[in-house]
Order: sequence, then C-alpha cells, then structure tokens
Amino acid sequence: MSGDRQRMADWTAGAEAIVYQCCAACGGLQYFRRSFCAICGAPDPVERRASGEGTVYATSLVCRAATPETRAHVPYNIVLVDTAEGFRMMAHGDHDLAIGDRVTARFAPFAGRLVPYFERKK
Amino acid sequence: MSFITGVGLTAFGKHEGSSSLDLMSKAAELAIADAGLKRAEIDGILCGYSTVAPHIMLATVFAEHFGIRPVYAHAVQVGGATGLAMTMLAHHLVEAGVVRHVLVVGGENRLTGQSRDASILALAQVGHPDYEVPLGPTIPAYYGLVASRYMHQYGVTQEDLAEFAVLMRRHALMHPGAQFHEAITVADVMTSKPVALPLKLLDCCPVSDGGAAFVVSREPTGEIGVRVRGCAQAHTHQHVTAAPALSELGAEIAVARAKANSGIAISDVRYAAVYDSFTITLAMLLEDLGLAARGEAASRVRSGHFSRDGAMPLNTHGGLLSYGHCGVGGAMAHLVETHLQMTGRAGNRQVRDASVALLHGDGGVLSSHVSMFLERVR
Repeated sequence: MSGDRQRMADWTAGAEAIVYQCCAACGGLQYFRRSFCAICGAPDPVERRASGEGTVYATSLVCRAATPETRAHVPYNIVLVDTAEGFRMMAHGDHDLAIGDRVTARFAPFAGRLVPYFERKK
Repeated sequence: MSFITGVGLTAFGKHEGSSSLDLMSKAAELAIADAGLKRAEIDGILCGYSTVAPHIMLATVFAEHFGIRPVYAHAVQVGGATGLAMTMLAHHLVEAGVVRHVLVVGGENRLTGQSRDASILALAQVGHPDYEVPLGPTIPAYYGLVASRYMHQYGVTQEDLAEFAVLMRRHALMHPGAQFHEAITVADVMTSKPVALPLKLLDCCPVSDGGAAFVVSREPTGEIGVRVRGCAQAHTHQHVTAAPALSELGAEIAVARAKANSGIAISDVRYAAVYDSFTITLAMLLEDLGLAARGEAASRVRSGHFSRDGAMPLNTHGGLLSYGHCGVGGAMAHLVETHLQMTGRAGNRQVRDASVALLHGDGGVLSSHVSMFLERVR
C-alpha cells in the first residue's frame, strides 16, 4: 500500500475476519483491497472490519472440483452475500441456503486455509 | 467498409497429435483459400491465445510458422469474446487503411494437449486471485451463481435451461464437424451429472481441440459480400463478485452501441450467433440482446423460434454447447457458420434468409462483450 496505514489482517491473510474499505472522500465502499478508492480515485481508503451479517444474493453447489485439495471438500456451496455494510462478497455456505436468506459468518477450513462460511441466522 | 471474405473451420473434438499451431494453420489455410487469396496477400494477423501453449508473442510465432511477414500482427485476449474482438479490430484496421487483408485466427488442442483438470484450473483463474480463487470456484460455479440469481429473478427453471442444450445438440446433429452426434432430451440434461448446481454436465460446453479462422478485407473477393455493418463492446467488470445488477449487464450496453453505429434494429436481424458457454449464458444473452423478452427465451426455443426453420435461426452449427469449445476458436465457429449461412453455403443446414446477422461474444463471467451486425451485399 502507498499510505502509512496498517493493513488489517483478514481471512485472505489467515485471520478470522472480513475486512472492507471505505473512502473518506466519497464514502464509497469496496471489498477488493486497493491503495485507492476505485470510485473516485482518492488515496488510502479506511479499512473496517465487517460484522459478518448479510443476505444471500446467489448460490452454486460445486460438485466437480479440479484439484485434489478442493476435491476432498466436494460438494461445497459457493455463495455471494450482500453484507449488512453494503458490499458483496464470495464465500462458502450451508448447502440449503436460499437466495434472500439472512446469514451470519463463521470461518471454516478449506483446502489448507480458513474461508468465510455463512449459516442461516438463528 | 470491411468484409468477411473467407472462413475456415476444422472439426471440433479430438485432434490427437495436433498442436495449437497445427490447428491454427489448418484453419488459416482454409480461410485464405476460401477468400480466393494467396498467403502473400495477407498483410495483417490477429490471433487469440492458447492455454496449452501460452506465449507472449503468439501472432509472431504463428506468422513465422505459417510463412507470412505481416505489416501488422499481435495477439488479443478477451476470453470468450476474443474472436469477435479481433474481428472488430480487423474491421477498424482495414477501414483505417492500415492493412488490406487481415487473417484472424484461433486454435487450440485444449482437449488432448492437457488434462481436463488443467483446463478447468486455467479457466478458473479469471476469478479474483485473493478473494475468489481460494474458495475453489470453477468457471461453471461462476456461471452457476449467475444462473441461480437469474432464475430467481425471472422465474426461469432448470428445465427451461435444458431446452437450450437440446436445441444446440439438435443443430449439431446436422454438422459433420461437431463434437457430439447423439441426440439428447430435456430429461437427459436434467439427469446428467451435477457440475456446479444449478448447472449440470449437459448445461456446460465441452473442452475441445479445434481451430477457426477468417479473413477481413477492404473489398469483397467473391460475388457475395458479407459486410461488417457495425460493432461495439462493453466491459463492466472482471469478477463475478464485482458484477453489476442483472439489469445493467454489458450485453445490453454493447448491442445498444452496435445498433446505434450500424443503424440496424433487432427487427432487421434474420440470423443470430450468440455465445453459449453454458445454457444460462445463452438464455441470458438472448434476453439481454432483445431476441426474447425477459424470462421468455426458453418458451421461444420450445416454439421453434430459434430452430433452423424458425423466425430467428440460432447457432445452426450447434454452438459451443454441441459443436464444441476449443477456446478462442470456439466462438469463432459461430462467425464461420454465419458466413456460410449468409453466402448460401450451409448445405442441409441452410436457413431461408440470413441477409442480416447479429453476433455476440462474452468473455469472463459476462464481463467483456462484443456485439456485431453483418449484412449481405451483392
């Protein structure tokens, strides 16, 4: 990153957290980490930890995987979740999740790392 | 102005022992002969990529191998939209007077040159390396996500999607070069192995070996001219996580631009060649392009609208779903078939009237789009 701000650890770095960025200039949100805001170009968006709450936007149950590591987990449900904070993310989830379900995240091992895993909100 | 003056297409399926360059050469030779030209008259080369034999200068490698010293050459990479993106570029190069005859070529031994796992892995890399790929998605999973949402929003069923696989297979049965020669039913699609639900094996295009090529020229070289009337692109995102709402996808934007710069309306179109990597891709694109109303594409398949003798014949060679998919050459086969139809050379697949055609290609996960209108002129 170009700025001095400390990068917050998240699941892509092995921590049990979902992190997103918020632009101080335009208020835009982004999930894919960058050193600038992709909406207005302002530098150093602020990193925030997401609550893990959200709503299921789409699902696909993977039954055919392409590596020995991922094949060990077949079938696994890939989901897109619209988070309470307002950004969309890809994750794993319960097999019976339906579009529109309110969900909450935990973290689960997958192919040698931790990935976000959504369950229906109790 | 620019014209598609020649086309070449190999059979798709297994070409044991053929390299990507072999398949590109074979298709190129057919296209140049079809245009009535000699190798030496080709002064521009645009080629796609090969996942089996990646190279940073594939067009130059091909030019040397094939025996051409072009004044203009490079590769183009836009995933499944590459073939039409190259055609669009060739059109502009010819119109600008940079070259006279551009050879557009794609070919790959994707089936026999590497394992199916290797193909699936290579293609999954269109996903985000940090935020998507570690979750183990595959290309069918990216499209499975899109399918689940589209089905939810517009009330489309898995049986609806299966209709597109059945139609493409029925068309492929009429083409000796197609990878598949056995008829299938909606029930076959429904009971085929789950890949990335809601998509099953027969909802997915196969991996193939094959090659396709065409020549784009300043003037027609034969009696019937196939003219590029207009074309346009749209690129809305790369990763499915960052895709816009279903109502703002790139196909609608690209075709609106192409309609504006060609002056052609959908009601003028007599033949459609639409990218069909998965049944959902075809269903969505037909509706995005305005060839069917939202949620209505499947019922138009059932009523015969998109059949060879229907009002809007579609992918009469069998498309990616049943002619096959060898990478860049896969969607180029759509243009080859369109050219045969427009020039009255499609034999037992010939449609009544292919005077105006709409072609559409999609790369990534509905990320990159190219729409193109071709018109027959005498």
